[in-house]
Amino acid sequence: MKSTKVQIGRRIALATIGVAALGFAGLTATPSLAVDMSGKRIEWIIPFKEGGGSDTWARFYAPQISGNLPGEPVIAVKNIPGGGSTKGANQFQSRAKPNGLTILGTSGSTQFPYLLGDRRVRYEYKDWRVVLATPTGGVVYVNPELGVTSADDIGKLKEVDLRYGSQGATSLDLIPLLAFEKLGLSVKAVFGMKGRGAGRLAFERGETNIDYQTSSGYLKKVTPLVEGGKAVPIMSWGALDEQGNLVRDPTFPDLPHFAEVYETVHGEAPSGEWFDAWKAFFTAGFAAQKMVFLPKDTPDDVLQAWRDAAAKTIAAPGFKEESQSVLGTYPQKVGPDAELLLETAIDVDPKAKEWVRTWLTETYNVKF
Amino acid sequence: MLDSALIALANITSGVHLLYLIGGVFLGLAVGIFPGLGGIVGLSLLLPFLYGMDPTSALAMLIGLVVVIPTSDTFTSVLMGIPGSSASQATVLDGFPLAKRGEAARALGAAFSASLFGGLLGALILTVFVLVARPVILLFGSAELFMLTVLGLSMVGVMAGSSIVKGLAACGIGLLIGGIGGAPATGEYRMIFDLDYLTDGVPLVVVGLGIFAIPEIVDLLRQNRSIAGGATLGKGWLDGLRDTIRNKWLCVRCAGIGSMVGALPGLGGSVVDWIAYGHVVQTAKDKSQFGKGDIRGVLAPESANNAKEGGGLIPTLLFGVPGSGSMAVFLGGMVLIGLEPGPSMVEDNLDITYTIIWSLALANVIGAGTCLLISKHVAKLTTIRYTLMAPFMIMVICFGAFQATRDLGDLVALFAIGLLGILMKRFGWPRPALLIGFVLSGQMETYLYQALQFYEWSFLTRPGVIIIGLLTLGSVALGAIYGQRGTDEEQTRRAPNRRPQVLFAGFLLLGFAYGLYDAFQQSYLGGVYTGAVSAVMLLLCGCVLYGLTLAPATAPANHDEELGAEPGSREERLGLGHYIYWLAGLLVAIFAIGYLLALTAFFLVFLRVKGGISWARTALLTACGIGFLVFLAHIMVLDFPRGLLQEAVSLPWPIG
Repeated sequence: MKSTKVQIGRRIALATIGVAALGFAGLTATPSLAVDMSGKRIEWIIPFKEGGGSDTWARFYAPQISGNLPGEPVIAVKNIPGGGSTKGANQFQSRAKPNGLTILGTSGSTQFPYLLGDRRVRYEYKDWRVVLATPTGGVVYVNPELGVTSADDIGKLKEVDLRYGSQGATSLDLIPLLAFEKLGLSVKAVFGMKGRGAGRLAFERGETNIDYQTSSGYLKKVTPLVEGGKAVPIMSWGALDEQGNLVRDPTFPDLPHFAEVYETVHGEAPSGEWFDAWKAFFTAGFAAQKMVFLPKDTPDDVLQAWRDAAAKTIAAPGFKEESQSVLGTYPQKVGPDAELLLETAIDVDPKAKEWVRTWLTETYNVKF
Repeated sequence: MLDSALIALANITSGVHLLYLIGGVFLGLAVGIFPGLGGIVGLSLLLPFLYGMDPTSALAMLIGLVVVIPTSDTFTSVLMGIPGSSASQATVLDGFPLAKRGEAARALGAAFSASLFGGLLGALILTVFVLVARPVILLFGSAELFMLTVLGLSMVGVMAGSSIVKGLAACGIGLLIGGIGGAPATGEYRMIFDLDYLTDGVPLVVVGLGIFAIPEIVDLLRQNRSIAGGATLGKGWLDGLRDTIRNKWLCVRCAGIGSMVGALPGLGGSVVDWIAYGHVVQTAKDKSQFGKGDIRGVLAPESANNAKEGGGLIPTLLFGVPGSGSMAVFLGGMVLIGLEPGPSMVEDNLDITYTIIWSLALANVIGAGTCLLISKHVAKLTTIRYTLMAPFMIMVICFGAFQATRDLGDLVALFAIGLLGILMKRFGWPRPALLIGFVLSGQMETYLYQALQFYEWSFLTRPGVIIIGLLTLGSVALGAIYGQRGTDEEQTRRAPNRRPQVLFAGFLLLGFAYGLYDAFQQSYLGGVYTGAVSAVMLLLCGCVLYGLTLAPATAPANHDEELGAEPGSREERLGLGHYIYWLAGLLVAIFAIGYLLALTAFFLVFLRVKGGISWARTALLTACGIGFLVFLAHIMVLDFPRGLLQEAVSLPWPIG
């Protein structure tokens, strides 16, 4: 009996010391103490299947960032597909510990359901801390048989029936669908395409006559069509400058961006709720398409270690050339730059959000 | 072109290339042998090492790995009746009955030699076809692809067995299950019962394993014997080799079908084996042995499925549009090693394309050759008492199933579909018909909708559509002329008490009624497909019910396996429910304490109680099984499904 009491007492004492030690450790974990991850295995959650764009992006980055983190921990990509990428993000939100050993890679397909208030979303971007953002752009092209040679001829397109192969109105295709409508084009969206590749195939077969591809897809797979006289590029979506304004895409400086074309058509620059919404979704879908996050409550020193590693990776000699086939030609954004992008993408005026939801319901019968 | 061919030849014969190719092949064989762990798992094991590897070696490994998956997955299809991957589902139909007759070695010999032959022929076809493939593939638009899904569906006719109505209704179940989740035209969620899991639809792996593997496992357990049932393994793999040579023209045709259908993006590889199987049944004069162990039923899908992998490379290389899940990963791998698919693959980079195609042939030879050599030994698995093997099989198929989306829902769906499979097996509803319907459902709906949007009804007058339509009619007619198969001995299954069957048919009727109800909750485009399927199936189910209630007991609809058990036999004593309860127990335990702990407990209890072996051996076998699982999960960066325990308390990996 007595010995049990003593044991309990000892346990309490040990526990007290333990708690105190923890508290002490917490107090002293100031940025001055170097973060060390040696011998650890970092899990990089990718809420998509193996082999897709986001998976390839992460697998390209993983070994390079790993080498620049303190202690060179192994980074293993962990695919958690499902629910249109909401499942992996939900798991990250609910389970990831703020120790810098679990990170999440998101894409436009993760940002859109969040912005649209999808029923499956249980994650909150505002909780997370952004490490890195990978921008991209997009180019719209049409079938030359429509008699169009450049964006100046966009008036001609208004008189014809256009068909566009789409993955779904709430996917990244929201950007082209809204843009087409506002340019006054009569575009029939045919859904059920399994990806942008399938959409391009339908274009090549002549089943559709207007299409868009993200920058890298355009450069590699549509440029040969353009050279062969089978496609004509008419505009890019544009890119965001340092202040967050829509400007010409540096990868396609000869192509007008969407707002320019809008001005050609309507004689005035686009504005209003719909344009705020378009720009926000454009940022979430293209200008900040892929992002790396640390979970809620991650200490500043851990965040800094990650940002330093990302910055070192993209500044490494030869990185730009090596990364082109996976990342395209856009400068990668780290730290404050990435934060600014994230803010533009996530801090959307509730009115603009509501506008998009109503538009989706009225035009495409989307139920929320 | 000759230059490219020579460069490619030099490439594939270089020592380093060969070494990595062999490495890839062996990794592929090791992964492929586990059911449900197809090319995607193998490739994702390899992906972390690809970046930074020398491109030629990396490519060699990738190819070696992809190509042999449909070779080694044949082992479980033939030996255990468990489809190793979607490529070998049709192999089960005749391969497994052969194994049960003790002719496993012969079936494997035939399967692997047909694989080898099909793969080589496929590579030969591709060498020429790749040069003209671009325009040919562009000829297949949504309308033509829709007609191809109709052609695939027409294969149901030959799988239907004695009651054609039941066959069609079974296919309808597959179509309806395939309609679960987002509608292709509108994205509306259909029949999801408010479950997030169902928004993506039910994965093919889960349906394949549930419908074939679970009923087989339960069946074998009830018989409590080895698979070969004491039969001597007798006839060896050389007989199988002879079978292939005897049926060489069949293999040629099926390899051709495999590489062509595989090359069409959007149709996917999962129907190729069914089309090949349907083809052989339709063209055979003597159909009486199909489904009971006709060697041609093994040769056809096996010669087609290896050719298919090669075909699948074409859209992947030329258009960057992967034809299947494993091709999607292959594509990701190519991008990582700095190879960009596109038109240049038949122009400037033709040498790379040829290197890939011929590596594929070489990998086939190495892979199928290795399998052929070891098949004699692996066939001995069929002589082990099944009770000792069952926990391992259950472990592997659960692992394979939850690989699909890494969700507890995968296991629940596996169990639910397994239950459906058990009942379908008992009451003589053809399960292959369900699978064909399921595989084709999504594509059929999508392409029909797209074709109507692009061409309206005039799509029916497109030349390609007419040609495929005639082909479909021709093949159905051919099947009908040679007559139906297997009606004689099924007379013995006519049950005097038809109540259980009526209940089951009534349950299916309710399912279709729900499908119809759900369709009316959707917009027109969102619900028209599932609604139409449900309406037709309600009629067919009504016919079946009529056959089961009002028609005389000799009607073909009447079928109940449970009458086959001899009075007083072990089967008779252990009701059908017995092992279902075991599986349900496992599922409940997973819900409570998570997958790994539940499985450990299941192993211990099952081996001790059912296997009746000593605690020491029980512990050893359990440790082997669980250890292997944990090892696999670690390198795959995988969490096991969590139970209530894990939600309440934070536990360390792997149990947490």
